[in-house]
Amino acid sequence: MLDNFFLRKRLKLSLLIVLILAITYGAILIAEYDIIKGFTSIPEAFVWGVQNFYPDANAFSRLPNILNKLIETVLISVASASTAAILAFLFAILGSHTTRINGFFASISRLFATLFRNIDVAVWSMILLFSFGQSALTGYFALFFVSFGFLTRAFTETIDEVSNDSVEALRATGASYISTITNAVVPSSAPQLISWLLFMIETNIRSATLVGILTGTGIGFLFDLYYKSLDYHSASLVVIMVVIAILALEALSNFIRRVIL
Amino acid sequence: MKDLSTKDIIKPLKTEKKIKVKPFSKAGLVIRLTLIALAGLTIYGFITFDYKNITFFEALAGSLTNFRVMFTEAHFNHFTFSEALYQVLITLCLALLTTIIGAIISLFLGLFAAQNLSSPLLSNSIKNVIAIIRAVPTVLWVLIFAVSAGLGSVAAVIGMTFHSVGYLVKAYSEAFEELDHGVIEALQAGGANWWQIVWQAVIPSTLTYLVSWTFLRFEINFAAAIAMGAAAGAGGIGFDLFMASNFYLDLREAGVITFFILAVAILLEIIAVRLKKYLKTAQ
Repeated sequence: MLDNFFLRKRLKLSLLIVLILAITYGAILIAEYDIIKGFTSIPEAFVWGVQNFYPDANAFSRLPNILNKLIETVLISVASASTAAILAFLFAILGSHTTRINGFFASISRLFATLFRNIDVAVWSMILLFSFGQSALTGYFALFFVSFGFLTRAFTETIDEVSNDSVEALRATGASYISTITNAVVPSSAPQLISWLLFMIETNIRSATLVGILTGTGIGFLFDLYYKSLDYHSASLVVIMVVIAILALEALSNFIRRVIL
Repeated sequence: MKDLSTKDIIKPLKTEKKIKVKPFSKAGLVIRLTLIALAGLTIYGFITFDYKNITFFEALAGSLTNFRVMFTEAHFNHFTFSEALYQVLITLCLALLTTIIGAIISLFLGLFAAQNLSSPLLSNSIKNVIAIIRAVPTVLWVLIFAVSAGLGSVAAVIGMTFHSVGYLVKAYSEAFEELDHGVIEALQAGGANWWQIVWQAVIPSTLTYLVSWTFLRFEINFAAAIAMGAAAGAGGIGFDLFMASNFYLDLREAGVITFFILAVAILLEIIAVRLKKYLKTAQ
């Protein structure tokens, strides 16, 4: 009996490993991935990075310009996440099980969230590029749509989890719908909602680099410009500045989270 | 004697100071400050953005027309339905390879990064390096690798793997750290070595978390693979979208491709929800 158990366990595990290996092999064939090149490219890239990918004096002369674009990118990320959060909160109220008005609005809210979340930010930016061109608004709207989709889902789940009891208590006293929201839902879920908003801003700054490369705006454009003109020293400085900005922002939002949660 | 109406009795109460229901709290203050700061930055942003002479409402109306054309008149121009399906498959395979390679590397690094399974020095140094790796956006990793490996699937997979590892090591190590200390102690007392503890206790009891984090990363990697196809020439459906929108300026084809991407993304999300439910009931 016991022997059988271990045998079966081992058999299951080997089957799983074989399955994963088979899927991996299939994926390698379809994606035309070169395994040997994959392994050798890592040390190659490392050696190249040490030799070429560091900022020099010429790169530092571009620092004001880089900082300028970095600030613009951060502002776009903050503005898109914050404005999306306001709209997402309204949709979350309509979509949440505890606070929804009726099933129709709830399904509309979920549909919108699914639609906007599942179209990637790269896709949005390429679509918006048609009419907004290379302006800051292309990036803003691309990030806004994705933030809206993600935050609606996150906010809906948070409101579902956090505010069930307090909403019920206020309803029992005969409080109106609006005052139930402002006095039960908002206070009990505010810390969680802000935590999600901060997370969204962090994500947006990373995505903003990608959007910038695709649409020719902000810090991503600057990286692309230096990269394509083979000025790797300046490009490395852009990467370093982005990393510093993201780490600083992470530290700040972790501090805020520690205080409010 | 003057009649006392209820009004007279209640009136003096009204002029009294409102009773403060909410006591002062640091958390409330920080919440308020955060919101004010975000609102300020948003307004400042809107004032200083580089609008490049775009008329907002004209562009917005233009976008709405474009959306309508894209999604209601979507059809193929440069390739067929089956070709598009194959391109989606390539993108999925890129995401799959990245996720599998990333998950294997992250499993080991995650074990060494978990505070209860490794030394504080090793754990902290791995976590710090990982934080820096995670701070570099995926597209920059891919482009950096593309210089030595050339644009294509190798640079895309290796570059995306870096960011995946940064993400998964954090998730895995936090899952390992939540493991009850008593379990490890009991096995240590029984004379089990480090690898036995890992394979018999740590991984089986955190498997649910590991699988759901890994699948979540697979979903993210699918989106990243689309983006890398567009921004770093990695091939797949992302590259087709890039060609349709930036090169052929073909709205209808971009619409068809967007539908494909949306369908796969929603499918992945449904699988993820099912998987989570299954894992919850299996435990």
